[in-house]
Amino acid sequence: MTWYAFLGALEQGFVYGIMVLGVYLTFRVLDFPDLTVDGSLPLGASVSAVALTHGINPFVSLLFALGSGFLAGVVTALLNTKLKIIHLLASILTMIALYSINIRIMGGPNISLLGTENVLSPLQALGIPGYIASPFIFGILALFATALLIWFLHTELGQALMATGCNPQMITSLGVNTHHIIILGVGISNALVAFSGALIAQNQGASDVNMGVGTIIAGLASVIVGETVFGKSTIARACVAALIGSIIYRIAIALALGIHWGRISFTPSDLNLITALLVIAALVTPKVKERIRRK
Amino acid sequence: MITLKAITKYFNRGSINEVLSLDNINLDVEPGDFVAIIGSNGAGKSTLLNCVAGSHLLDSGKILLNHTEITVWPEHKRAKFMGRVFQDPLLGTCSTLSIEQNLALAKKRGQPRGLGIGVKNRDRDLFREKLKVLGLGLENRLQDKVGLLSGGQRQALTMIMATMIHPEVLLLDEHTAALDPKTAHQIIDLTNKIIHELKLTTLMVTHNMKQALEFGNRLIMLNMGRIIMDVRGQEKKNLTVQDLLAGFYKVQGEAFSSDKMLLVNP
Repeated sequence: MTWYAFLGALEQGFVYGIMVLGVYLTFRVLDFPDLTVDGSLPLGASVSAVALTHGINPFVSLLFALGSGFLAGVVTALLNTKLKIIHLLASILTMIALYSINIRIMGGPNISLLGTENVLSPLQALGIPGYIASPFIFGILALFATALLIWFLHTELGQALMATGCNPQMITSLGVNTHHIIILGVGISNALVAFSGALIAQNQGASDVNMGVGTIIAGLASVIVGETVFGKSTIARACVAALIGSIIYRIAIALALGIHWGRISFTPSDLNLITALLVIAALVTPKVKERIRRK
Repeated sequence: MITLKAITKYFNRGSINEVLSLDNINLDVEPGDFVAIIGSNGAGKSTLLNCVAGSHLLDSGKILLNHTEITVWPEHKRAKFMGRVFQDPLLGTCSTLSIEQNLALAKKRGQPRGLGIGVKNRDRDLFREKLKVLGLGLENRLQDKVGLLSGGQRQALTMIMATMIHPEVLLLDEHTAALDPKTAHQIIDLTNKIIHELKLTTLMVTHNMKQALEFGNRLIMLNMGRIIMDVRGQEKKNLTVQDLLAGFYKVQGEAFSSDKMLLVNP
């Protein structure tokens, strides 16, 4: 792997890492498997892209993306808590609805961002090349998001959120309305995912309605890889593990794409298959290990 | 303190599996009462407790807490006034959080939760002091995850959590039934101690007739969703297991003989 390719993987690891934090929050902390993310990632991208083409500051456009993602999460959570639709189905419904909404927002299936300002522009204006500026900026944002999530999970509200995922009966009997907590948690998760989507769009110079396909699986793979490599003994460790998992996952993909057997090699379109196999392997391995140990 | 007015609760109402779990129950619990509730399986003991806690809503009747009607209040709103310990030791605590994090959650029972830090330094001394009473050494393990504790230790911790903020009513739902006899004994002694120290109004559901006779100043026996015995004070102190059995078989016998009547006179 070249240094240039490594920096590219690092950049991808950071920028998708913010999405992974969101997936970690729902999947692991809230125990709420949330497929909304496949729709909220392009939602963030679309909202940010439209804002940019209207001349809005790139950093301000990120705030719009955050807000839109939060709303998408709230919709899923409301479908689940108030209308009693099972969480998986509730999130699929929002995801499907977002496909149409994203096309409406962009006025078409995609928007090119060539020539518009983005979050990297200030650094590039200083003469710093893009392949250094992007891992730097995205690294700072990802670390900031991780720190913020760790802090939040240690607050009274964050602790109530953790308890809601772990033992809803207990936290209800301590006076917490678990519906409110689920709405807040799924909202924050999708805000992070949409934020990540906005950065991805700015980085690749385009927003596309299909860019969210496979987000949940990539997120899960990263969470699982991170936990396996870095552990999850404390809240802080688990959050950092999510980010590290994202980086390892992107490096693994870059390596996989470089493999050649004669004329056969992986193409980017094979990634979802590889990732699905990776997640299956990671989910099954502990059980297989257990079975071997018992023999 | 707690007043139940003609409360009725069905399960699967209108279906072939319809069960009348509570049948027009009236009960007035005085402040400071420690009521032991017994009855056979399906008598409605746990349903009664769940209706008071708000886990189940009534089909008819009223529930009053200190003269305020709480019949339609959701569970989390009633929680402000109620401490609860469940039969399943896993249900009262959160296994992935530490002992101090669980206690901190309990310390905020019924209060709004914000962005202040969850476990506050100034609370740790209070937590240690409360845990010391248990004599289990948990006061030195504040940072340990609750998942590492045994069922008995978790139930003891739940007792502390349920009474961390003074509850108007303490609800104990067969909270020693899932424990081994020795641990069950420790937990019921601890329960009795805490209830008397804090002068708590308590409803305790139990399967154990000896437990019901030994603890509490009032005993209620339920059968088929109705109160068939309500004994208190000195009369309760003189009560024996034989009296309870006699009371139980009297009702069962009546049911039996009325069945026989039906068969004899079609």
